[in-house]
Amino acid sequence: MSTSLSALVGRRYLLGCLGLVLAAAAAAFGTLSNGTTWTPPADTLAGLFGHGEKALVISEWRAPQAAAALVFGAALGLSGAVFQNLTRNPLGSPDVIGLEAGAYTGALVVVATLAGTSTQVATGSVLAGLVTALVIVLLSRGQGFSGLRLVVIGIAVNAMLTATNQYLVLRADLDVAIAATAWSAGSLNGSDWAELRVPFVLIGLATLALARVSRTVQQAALGDDLATATGVDLGRHRLVLIVLGVACTATVTAVAGPITFVALVAPQIGRRVTGSAGVPLLPAALTGALVLAVSDLVAQTATRPVPLPVGVVTTAVGGAYLIWLLLREVRRR
Amino acid sequence: MSGAGSGLVAHGLELGYGDRVVSRGLDLALPPGRFTAVLGPNACGKSTLLRALARLQPLRAGRVELDGADLAQQRPRQVARRLGFLPQRMVPPEGITVTQLVRRGRFPHRSWRSVWTEQDDAAVRRALADAGVEDLATRRVEELSGGQAQRAWMAMVLAQETDLLLLDEPTTYLDIAHQYELLALLARLRDGGRTVVAVLHEVNQACRFADHVVAMADGRVVAQGPPGEVVTAPLVREVFGLAADVVPDPLTGTPMLVPHPV
Repeated sequence: MSTSLSALVGRRYLLGCLGLVLAAAAAAFGTLSNGTTWTPPADTLAGLFGHGEKALVISEWRAPQAAAALVFGAALGLSGAVFQNLTRNPLGSPDVIGLEAGAYTGALVVVATLAGTSTQVATGSVLAGLVTALVIVLLSRGQGFSGLRLVVIGIAVNAMLTATNQYLVLRADLDVAIAATAWSAGSLNGSDWAELRVPFVLIGLATLALARVSRTVQQAALGDDLATATGVDLGRHRLVLIVLGVACTATVTAVAGPITFVALVAPQIGRRVTGSAGVPLLPAALTGALVLAVSDLVAQTATRPVPLPVGVVTTAVGGAYLIWLLLREVRRR
Repeated sequence: MSGAGSGLVAHGLELGYGDRVVSRGLDLALPPGRFTAVLGPNACGKSTLLRALARLQPLRAGRVELDGADLAQQRPRQVARRLGFLPQRMVPPEGITVTQLVRRGRFPHRSWRSVWTEQDDAAVRRALADAGVEDLATRRVEELSGGQAQRAWMAMVLAQETDLLLLDEPTTYLDIAHQYELLALLARLRDGGRTVVAVLHEVNQACRFADHVVAMADGRVVAQGPPGEVVTAPLVREVFGLAADVVPDPLTGTPMLVPHPV
């Protein structure tokens, strides 16, 4: 009996994941079809494979943006799941605890002081994200590790970094400031393959590393005592998670700016869709891809022909979710 | 498994929190293949000692050895295949079912790429049956009563299939019938060759089920040995500050504590 039931639990998970993949693919296809008017599906498919009059537009302009939405969304979802697991708190997400803001500070500093090639920006962004994480972890160290303390301190650090970022933009040269302002909302508009290559490789490596520790992530959700008692080396595990989580979120920020709230909502939607225990990584990644692809499609079409930055859409939707979550957390305590 | 090496031994432990020293120079050897009950008043350092033995409490001095090898020098997973621990308080991951929880007891036996085996499945089924939670297998842990949840966690630790079990107040949330059921289970596990160490509050239960008693007060081990030799009226007065007669249990002959009327 128990075997067939556990198979059923597995089926719910598989169906959930499959549904997320199909929905994300559909949203990405929407982006491929979207111009000043909708391209018919057959022409879109043909264009994707380099045929027809739309081939260049679709494979060189629209496809990078669709791919960026999927990959960056997955990276943000993963990063959210990583930090929600670390803090054992649904609020413990890189956009809430200041890691995205910190990564963006790094990117701004690099753009303002160096030439600002995409590799430089990505490096500065990841390093600043890691420094931010280090500061938050050190500040929240008391008797041992506390997820709630880390979240509260992270929220304060986020506020300070956001102010720093505004100051940096105000002090920057006019052309840098104009670029940074558009960027600061978080946008995928105008993505091209060349600038996506390095971030995609980085995110791919981080994803592989996370796949390797995903079972340990589940085990750590049992709490510090039982995780240690069942053989998890928590100190090492936390360090690995922080580095990989920051790598995901900072890489996205370096290219697209701080796209907030995807990391916050995706893990929680993913675990509900797949009926999972705790906050599993794969559903979070798939949901992140779906959420960002849909948000970007909305951002492109809502005010056609002038597209919005996708961050405006994710913030509007995610903000409402954050209010609901805060109210629920307050009532629980 | 019984009599394998020298079992779990603590040498010169110093334990504490912040400025507070709980124990200093604490030595203790837990006899292998026995059911040891750790007794003592609140805040006497029982839990701290148990946590130190399970690697959850940093040692300020001293070391813990399992069969002569220092635990701190071994890989966490390797230790977790030998030594299981159930803490006092647990919070289940949101939405987890009893079976999913018990499966996580198999963690130290699996590598990151290994698939779920017949052996894992058998261990989980045995653990569910032993802890008496088979009929709760598909329920969510957060929806269970305190006693049911306690047995689900117990099943998780059993699925770990360790020859040493350390349990911190395993009977606390259980009603009286389930307390006796759990203690009988622990005695059965001992009879099957495992070493069981449990912090218990109920002295009479400890005397009835355990075959080794460690009495603690103020961070020190005051006395240890078979319940019949250790649990006496003077010891109860010294350890708990309670005036009581100790009489033979009418059913088992083990020591039974009858407190004096105040």
